[in-house]
Amino acid sequence: MIIIITPDEFKRVSQATREDGRAPDEIRPLKIEAGILERADGSSYLELGGNKILVAVYGPREAQIKRLQRPDRAVIRCRYNMAPFSVEERKRPGPDRRSVEISKITAEALRPALILERFPRSVIDVFIEVLEAEGGTRCAGITAASVALADAGMPMKDMVVACAAGKVNGRIVLDLSEEEDKRGEADMPVAILPRNKEITLLQSDGNLTQEEFEEALDLAIKGCLKINKIQKEALKKKYGE
Amino acid sequence: MDIVPEIIRENIINLINKKERADGRALDEFRKIFIETGVITKAEGSARVKLGNTQLLVGIKPQIGEPFPDTPNMGIIITNSELLPMASPTFEPGPPDERSIELSRVVDRCIRESNMLNLEKLCIVEGSSVWLLFIDLHIIDYDGNLFDAAVLATVAALRDTKLPTAKIEEDEIILDYENPQPLPLEDTALMCTFAKIGDQMILDPSLDEEEILTARLSIGMRPDGTICAMQKGGEGSLTKDDILKAIDITKGRIPQLMEELDKTIPQAR
Repeated sequence: MIIIITPDEFKRVSQATREDGRAPDEIRPLKIEAGILERADGSSYLELGGNKILVAVYGPREAQIKRLQRPDRAVIRCRYNMAPFSVEERKRPGPDRRSVEISKITAEALRPALILERFPRSVIDVFIEVLEAEGGTRCAGITAASVALADAGMPMKDMVVACAAGKVNGRIVLDLSEEEDKRGEADMPVAILPRNKEITLLQSDGNLTQEEFEEALDLAIKGCLKINKIQKEALKKKYGE
Repeated sequence: MDIVPEIIRENIINLINKKERADGRALDEFRKIFIETGVITKAEGSARVKLGNTQLLVGIKPQIGEPFPDTPNMGIIITNSELLPMASPTFEPGPPDERSIELSRVVDRCIRESNMLNLEKLCIVEGSSVWLLFIDLHIIDYDGNLFDAAVLATVAALRDTKLPTAKIEEDEIILDYENPQPLPLEDTALMCTFAKIGDQMILDPSLDEEEILTARLSIGMRPDGTICAMQKGGEGSLTKDDILKAIDITKGRIPQLMEELDKTIPQAR
């Protein structure tokens, strides 16, 4: 679980311009595994730089809470949770305002890919556990959740893949680390459906001009497409071609 | 609660009465044990343990805080467990329920009462500053017998833990992160849990076995054979003979657990 394999395509190609030596359009080393838990219907494990994220999917199963049920489709619920030991200062267990917001936008980011009409009155639960956090956990969680949903056999129109771009030291860069997020001017997480490049999640925190925004969005989409290849490889590794 | 179909129940009981088990184990045999330490870089100590398909992570985070008034010269350990909803379809999100609290309290008791951790050495300034160790159990896959896996993972994580050295200069505590020290561990204790099914006491119950047990018994023991913690659970009862038999099996199995532990992370000296 702690071995980080660096795929060749992410080895540094251009000259080092960032604190960790990455090129502006380079993501951190990424590893994804599908189907690693026994009990869950679908699961995945993802490492992105220092992030370690575990996702489990249950369902479609009967919605225990009646008011959640929809007569014509299933409902997707997400729970983003950080382990107490995932950050430098121990985090008190349980949801806080940040994790509740991330849970909501994650469910909304995944929703457009899912064919929920097949499962009326049921619920699909996605549990995202951040075991170790190093910046960009919401994007990593969405990327991993999509692999876990596929592992659970959910009918999907496409994968969902997320990656952030932002502005650090006046420059637009891809996949901000914790350090860059802290010091940077702007951070913009983006999730897309890679086949039609439609955007299912967009947040922005910090100041960008319109030109900078467009550059960041294009860069984030580029990053998403790279990550999508690794998502697919993880599923192929588990299930064959 | 999972509903184990009546057929599985009968099958398990019939097998156990013949001293056999559904997964082919002997009645006093553990499932496959896997231990890995140092899995969380941001935690001062961590471990991942798999016992069969049961899987959990333990992370240890220290803080400096005030001691309890009745033990002014002793550090404090705080054990907390999260039965994550990802681990089982029967676990619900929310604050720890009674199962979760029982688990953390039994693990805490086994660690505390074995005196494996010299809490006096975790005192920085008597009466005002001591180390608080948060032991967080993160259950990610539940396939029966959390107790033994949790104690094993906690001991492994404690062995993996390094604290910065604390020095006092002019009434200020200076933490030296460049020379981290292992915890003052002076002994070990591990746990064996039994399920009473039919007339037998079986070691390391799987999920199906746990669902049909009449009574459960957990025994925490040091390598020298002394018992440091016990917990009986389940709705049924145990005879004195059942308990003595379980203690005997525990004595025989602790060396195996110790070997697995030492193989992965030997005690620092």
